[in-house]
Amino acid sequence: MSTIAQKLRAFLLLDFAGAFLLGMKKYFTPKPTLNYPFEKGPLSPRFRGEHALRRYPNGEERCIACKLCEAICPAQAITIEAAIRESDGTRRTTRYDIDMTKCIYCGYCEEACPVDAIVEGPNFEFSTETREELMYDKERLLANGDRWEREIAQNIELDAKYR
Amino acid sequence: MYDYFQSLLGPEWGYLAAVVLHILLLVVVVLVALAFLLYFDRKVWAAVMMRKGPNVVGPFGLLQSFADFFKFALKEPIIPAGADKIVFMLAPLISFILAMAAWAVIPVAPGWEVSDINVGILYIFAISSLAVYGIIMGGWASNSKYPFLASLRSAAQMVSYEVSIGFVIITVILMAGSLNLGDIVEAQAGGFWNWYFIPLFPMFIVFFVSALAETNRPPFDLPEAESELVAGYQIEYSSTPYLLFMIGEYTAIVLMCALLTTLFMGGWYAPLPVLDVLPGVVWFSIKVVFFFFLFAMVKAIVPRYRYDQLMRLGWKIFLPLSLGFVMIQAIVLAVI
Repeated sequence: MSTIAQKLRAFLLLDFAGAFLLGMKKYFTPKPTLNYPFEKGPLSPRFRGEHALRRYPNGEERCIACKLCEAICPAQAITIEAAIRESDGTRRTTRYDIDMTKCIYCGYCEEACPVDAIVEGPNFEFSTETREELMYDKERLLANGDRWEREIAQNIELDAKYR
Repeated sequence: MYDYFQSLLGPEWGYLAAVVLHILLLVVVVLVALAFLLYFDRKVWAAVMMRKGPNVVGPFGLLQSFADFFKFALKEPIIPAGADKIVFMLAPLISFILAMAAWAVIPVAPGWEVSDINVGILYIFAISSLAVYGIIMGGWASNSKYPFLASLRSAAQMVSYEVSIGFVIITVILMAGSLNLGDIVEAQAGGFWNWYFIPLFPMFIVFFVSALAETNRPPFDLPEAESELVAGYQIEYSSTPYLLFMIGEYTAIVLMCALLTTLFMGGWYAPLPVLDVLPGVVWFSIKVVFFFFLFAMVKAIVPRYRYDQLMRLGWKIFLPLSLGFVMIQAIVLAVI
């Protein structure tokens, strides 16, 4: 563009008028903002959120204390202690802790588990006010499992055909 | 109102009571209007950026400004150890009070002003020139590098653009033949084709852009350029002192919108004489909000100027332009 034309454009504020029109166009286009606490985005069935220990439908816990998850955990966030249960002689965990501050949500524990006991559920809103609350023990994990069982089972079913 | 109070309290005290009541009314109305204009500003800005803007406090977020007010007022004011305490606390007060004081002569509707002085426009020009002191004092008293640099920039910027604002005002005065703001509005009576933005169109634009610079609005917000000077002269301020600075700034912006309305857009007159059935204050408010919308849009669409570009625009383009226009105007008026 020649210098004179450029000067004329600047003097007549043509660039400004163009920007104004563009701004007005954007003004009236629908906003893509998600109103977060009230609206939530879709989650994949493979979403790896808060951990949960699942149970069989009869209420028996799935975990057989094979410690594969503890072994594979790259962040070494899982601690398991096992013992023979007195009543029926099965091998069960006496302690199953996950340090959620160490966990990197890689999902290897889920992959390693032969009985689908430890899973990462769809919940991602579990912030706490203290560090201590993020040291999950077996009780907490089983409670999570009971709370999210419907969603977790549905996600496993949806994802099953790709496995 | 004056008569009522004077019959109630005697001539002197009644006059005083009426004046104080007028001032209180003006301050309250301007501050409440400001709260909603701030919200409007943020909404416009957000909408152009394809965001939603404040929408949580109150219906559609309308009470956001009041929530912000309480947030600021309830926080602890921090005074830096090295600061000059008296000047430090005085600076926001000065910028707030001066911005408010200028409103005294703005005619909102026929006869609706706190003080109908016959050099109203000179008064406004003087008061808005003093506003730079609040910023300089704030920047200097903070005893810190960035506020100091910012206040220097601000002083240079406001002085530069005041010159062209002065010349633009002279062209309006030449047209109207009066320094009284009410008379200037009266001279534009009878439909939008009599408003001064048509004969003085280039000056209207110059005034608008200079008003942006004068009130430190983007694209001329160099004094608080957050990417280089953190927050300019306001860095060391917190809580209520900061709030006063912010309200002062926005009051000055709305004042500039009101001045644009009064000088160029026929003040309280309707665009068509038939539409004068609505009271003048409604038309005045509509025009002020329109100009405020333009201010907000400019903030949203124009990138910030570099400092040398700012100075070049002020001294090498606006000054000769407005000066030349004053000459042409004077010659044309003398010949006709």
